[in-house]
This record gives sequence, structure tokens and C-alpha cells, in this order.
Amino acid sequence: MQALRAAGCEPKDVGGAFCCGQPAYNSGFAKEARRVAKPTLRAVSKASSGDCVVASGSCAAMMSHYWPELFAGTPQAAEARRVAERTKELTVYVSSRLESEPVNDAPQAESAAEVHPPLAEEPVVIHDACHALRGLGAAEATRRALAASGRRYVNPPGSERCCGFGGLFSVKMPDVSVAMADEKLDLLASTGCETVVSCDLSCLVHLEGRAGRRGLALRFEHAASLLEGIGPGAGK
Amino acid sequence: MASTTATEAATLNSFNTRARQALRDERLRDAVARSTDLLGSRRVEALSELANADELRDAAAAIRSASVSRLRSLLDEWSDNFTALGGTVHWARDAAEATGAIAEIVAASPAGPGAVVAKGKSMASEEIHLNEVLASAGADVIETDLGEFIIQLAGEAPSHIIAPALHKDRFQIADLFTADSGQAVSAEIHEEAAYARDRLRRAFLDAGVGITGVNFAVASTGSICLVENEGNGRMCSSLPSVHVAIMGMERIVADLAELDVMLNLLARSATGQALTVYTNLITGPRRDGEADGPENLHVVVLDGGRSAALHSQYSSALSCIRCGACLNVCPVYRQVGGHVYESVYSGPIGAVLTPILRPDDPSARELPEASSLCGACTEACPVQIPLHDLLLKLRLERAPESATATRRWGFRLWSLAWSLPLVRHISRVLTRLGLRCTRVLRRLPSRGWPGAWNKCRDLPRAR
Ligand code: SF4
Repeated sequence: MQALRAAGCEPKDVGGAFCCGQPAYNSGFAKEARRVAKPTLRAVSKASSGDCVVASGSCAAMMSHYWPELFAGTPQAAEARRVAERTKELTVYVSSRLESEPVNDAPQAESAAEVHPPLAEEPVVIHDACHALRGLGAAEATRRALAASGRRYVNPPGSERCCGFGGLFSVKMPDVSVAMADEKLDLLASTGCETVVSCDLSCLVHLEGRAGRRGLALRFEHAASLLEGIGPGAGK
Repeated sequence: MASTTATEAATLNSFNTRARQALRDERLRDAVARSTDLLGSRRVEALSELANADELRDAAAAIRSASVSRLRSLLDEWSDNFTALGGTVHWARDAAEATGAIAEIVAASPAGPGAVVAKGKSMASEEIHLNEVLASAGADVIETDLGEFIIQLAGEAPSHIIAPALHKDRFQIADLFTADSGQAVSAEIHEEAAYARDRLRRAFLDAGVGITGVNFAVASTGSICLVENEGNGRMCSSLPSVHVAIMGMERIVADLAELDVMLNLLARSATGQALTVYTNLITGPRRDGEADGPENLHVVVLDGGRSAALHSQYSSALSCIRCGACLNVCPVYRQVGGHVYESVYSGPIGAVLTPILRPDDPSARELPEASSLCGACTEACPVQIPLHDLLLKLRLERAPESATATRRWGFRLWSLAWSLPLVRHISRVLTRLGLRCTRVLRRLPSRGWPGAWNKCRDLPRAR
């Protein structure tokens, strides 16, 4: 909410929104996914007819890509298609509200001091969540939004590789999932940055959980909390 | 139903069990990560050299899906032309028919059932377990693709579609060659290559029958196209007096113009080469006055579950040209390699294709779970197969019947509970509280999914 306000929007909280149904859907249980997602769909369409901004890459992908399929052939089909069209991932949305400047190639050198308010001097390392990266094409948007917040960022090596969360994959195949997280954490840590930023909370929870267990000194922040630092003049 | 569920539960653990074993094998993981990185980065480089890579992919995808949708007529056209050239076509519905036909061809060859059979790389031959069948009929089958030769010595199956011995390092290969020759072969690459060259040359000269795969059949000309880098395929298809090629029935293009598009993408996607070192276009057996080529040319066209897949929601998987690009970018394959899939095809395409081609095989059913659905495979596929969506479709189609009872009931109860506003409210509050007292929670779950999380990861902190 703060992030959206900082970008010059007047967001409204969707009270009844709860779960998009992804855990059940990705496990192959469409009926159950529908049951859980229906109240959320209802709440979103009741709340407003404007854009629906979602602060999680994978939920945004679920709602915008899979909801039309999930609700196809049900009385909610048309509603789901409408909401899908209006659903935007947070950083994509924020960056679309910014003046359209091209992103500079990371790592970015000196912008931190110029844009206000400068949040911190240390650069952060970006973890691209798969759904945001491939499903929503959010990689560039995330970077534009972060740059506008005045935060310097670094792209880690292997940035396009999955961190191993994958929803319930993380518990159905825990060993492979953790091995993937370990490799990802090593790559993130190799940048020397202390803070990992992503637009997907679930990746962060997984990486943070593993980093904690390994005793790694990494911090994990959702992109939203950095976007709160976007200057008042940044919005259109 | 109860017994299916029990089998299911047992097999659901088996990918995990095998994966755990693979994860402990540092040599394997090193070799797999190194080789897939190399193949993957070469692919990206080779495609970036093309001005029109995206258009080419669109064209290739369109060609493949058109071929798949009019498969019957293309196959008929190809078969008429191929037969007119003097070749013999064998239609095989399943593995038994295919191996039966090939065993008969070998038995009828001048060298008889005990012939030396020089074999080039063919994934279709792996599908039908050809080597075992021929060996039990008395033939001496030798794999002549270097990677296949290595794993034949090791008594293993291929762990990668295009690089079957990708999981082995050169020291392991030196050990295998030393055991085979009875003399020390060092781990120097040139010495290993020299040994293989010498050993395989003898096989080519002795062979009574050559067996290869087929990359594409060309309907309009009746040709078969075979691409390779070592020249062994050309040896197998031209030196022995009998050549048998095995082809998955979907591997067909309409004409040479379509073949051109496919070849332009295949090697780039597979190894990052603009073109493979050898591109063999075989149009009929040896003609009068020609110096080489087989007198008898046979093609065995294998159905093996493909017809059924043609009419399913998974038909796009039949567009696959076996380039291996999806394996090279798959983060799961990267960690555990190909053997963990216990299937001829591994990686994302294996997880899709195996349960489709073998719907009754319970061990194939768990493969669609072996993915975080990250979508890297879909992005890499030169013929735009929506691999991760197919994995999801397989889950959606099969989970409601075949998942364990715990899982089915779990999702049912969870969804019923969360469809009640009060429960949603309570669970919001609980989540907030729960996240603040993770220290207590950490001790609680030790089994099932919470346990699987907890074993190696901390619980989330409050945000
Ligand atoms: S599915 Fe696509 S990427 Fe994978 S092997 Fe087949 S053609 Fe190549």
C-alpha cells in the first residue's frame, strides 16, 4: 500500500481477498483450487473495476494466466477473465506509472545519492522469481521500479535459475528443492550484497528459511518495502 | 483402488529416494552442472548469431505442429516414396513388434542372427530395449556413438538425450576403457579418443548390420535424415550390407524446405553448433554402380503410445525434436541428472513424455511432480512446446484419482475450510500470531509436508 501511494496512486484494500488457489492448482486439484479462489475473485471484482495490484509474482501469474482456465465453464468464467486482464504484479504496475526511462544495465553505479530519499548506500541483489520473470516479463519492471526508489541493485550470476521453491514442490521434493536453494543462495551471496530483494514473497520465505538454517548473513526484503522510498515526484 | 494408492505412495517416494542418492554424488553433480552449463550457454550464443531466431522458432513450431496434425498422410506419402526407392518400411505398434521386426531382419541378413551389429545413437531403440532383445538372439551389438559406447561398457542407460554419458567424468571413462581393453588407458582425452576410435573401427568393419535412429523423415522425397558429430552414424548406415533405421512415428517433415528450418535449429539448440559435423540425407539403398551404401535399407516406424497421444491434450509433446535444450536449463535435472527419472527420456520432456507414452506405468506417474514449474524448459524449447503447462495438465488430469488418500482429503478439507469466511478470518489471525512464535512452531511438526520444510529450512519470520 505504501509503495503504491509512494508511486502516486490511491490504492484501496481488497478486504476479502485471501488465496488465489495456486497450491491446490499446481498439485492438480482444480476443484479445490476453484473453491478457495472463488471468494478472492468475488472480493476483487466487488472492490473496484480498476487495476488489481498483487504483491506476489506467483499469485499474479496464477490470477492473470490460470484463472480464466480454472474458472472456464463455470458461472464465474467471464468474471475471472475480466479480473485476469486487470491483474498486475506490483513492480510491473509501479514501473508502468513511472516516466518511461530505459533501465540502465546493472550494477548501477551512482544513482543512489541523486534520487530522494536515498534509502541506503548498500546495493541490493535481485532475485527474479520465475513466474514474474517468465510468466509476467517483470524483470525489467522490477529494476525500473527499484531504480526509481533510489536503491542500487546488482544482478546475480544465474539470475534466471529457479530457487527451488515451486510451491508445494518445496515439500514434495524437499531434497532437490533445498539443493536448488543452496546453489541460488551461494550465487546471491557471491555478489557481496547483504540484502536480497524479490517481488515474490514465497521465494523469499524459502530462501530465508534455508539461509537461516545455514547461518548465512543475508537479509531478505520484498520489493514492496523498497518501493516505499520512491520519491513523490516519481509518479506520472 | 486401495492398491493403486499404495503403489502410488511407494513410487512417490522413489523419485525422492533416487534424488537423495544422486545429491550425495558430488562427481555426478559436478559433471552434470558443468556439461549442461556448457551446452546451455553455447545454445544461447548460437541462437544469438541468428538475426531471425524468434521467427525461426515460430516457423519450426508451426512446421512441427502441422506435421503432427497431418501425421497419417505425411507418413503415407513418405512410405510410398521410400518404398519406390527400394526401401522396406515396418510399422510397429509397440516395442515387441519393433524388436521382433529388427530381430528378423538381423537373422535374415547374410551374417545371420549372430551378426555383429554396429549401432548408432537412437533414443527410439532405447524405448524398445533393442540391445537386450538382439543380444539374447545371439547378436553382438556394439554402440558406436562415443557416449553410448561408454554407458554400454558401464551397463547403464543414457542420462541425457544428446549426451548419454554426460554424468561421467574423464577419470570414470578411463576406468571403463581400461577394464574393456585389459590395458591401462589414461584419463587424457586424446588417449581415450584414440582407444575408442580403434575399438569402434573394428566394429564398423566387422558389422553385418548397421542400426541407427532417424532425426527426420522427409515425406516428399522419401529420404531419412540423420545428424551426428562423430561420423559413426555414416559408418553404420553405409558400411554394413544391411541398414535398419528406427524412427519414432512423429519425426517427419513435409519437404526439404521444412527440413532446412529444422536443421537450422536442431544443432543450435542441442550443442550450439550451426550444423552438426555430419548431416546424412539417405534416399534409398545403394543403387547400381554406386560404391557404397547398404544393399538392404529398412525403416522401422515406432508408434509406442504416440497414436494415443496424438488425440489427447498432450499432442504438442509430439513436436519434440530431441534437442535436449530443456534438460540443459532445467534446475531439477541440473541437481540430480537423468538416471533419477528412471525413464528413457529425462528432464522436462521426459517428465511429460514418459507418462503420456506409458500411461499404465505407475513409476511414470510421479514424474510430472519433479518440477518447480519454473518454465525455463518452455522458454528454451526450439519448437515452443509448453512443457511446464503440460506438466501442470498432467497433474490436473491425474491427481484427483491417483494421489494418495491423505493428499486428496487434505486438499478437500483445506478448500472446504477456506471457503468459510470465519475460518479465513481465524487463519489470518493465526498466521500473524504463528509467524511471531516460530520458535514454538519449529518444534511441532516433524512429519509430512511441515516436516519436509522444517528439516532443512527455518520457518518464516513475521513481516
Ligand atoms: S521438448 Fe523441446 S527443448 Fe526439450 S528436447 Fe524436445 S524439442 Fe528440445
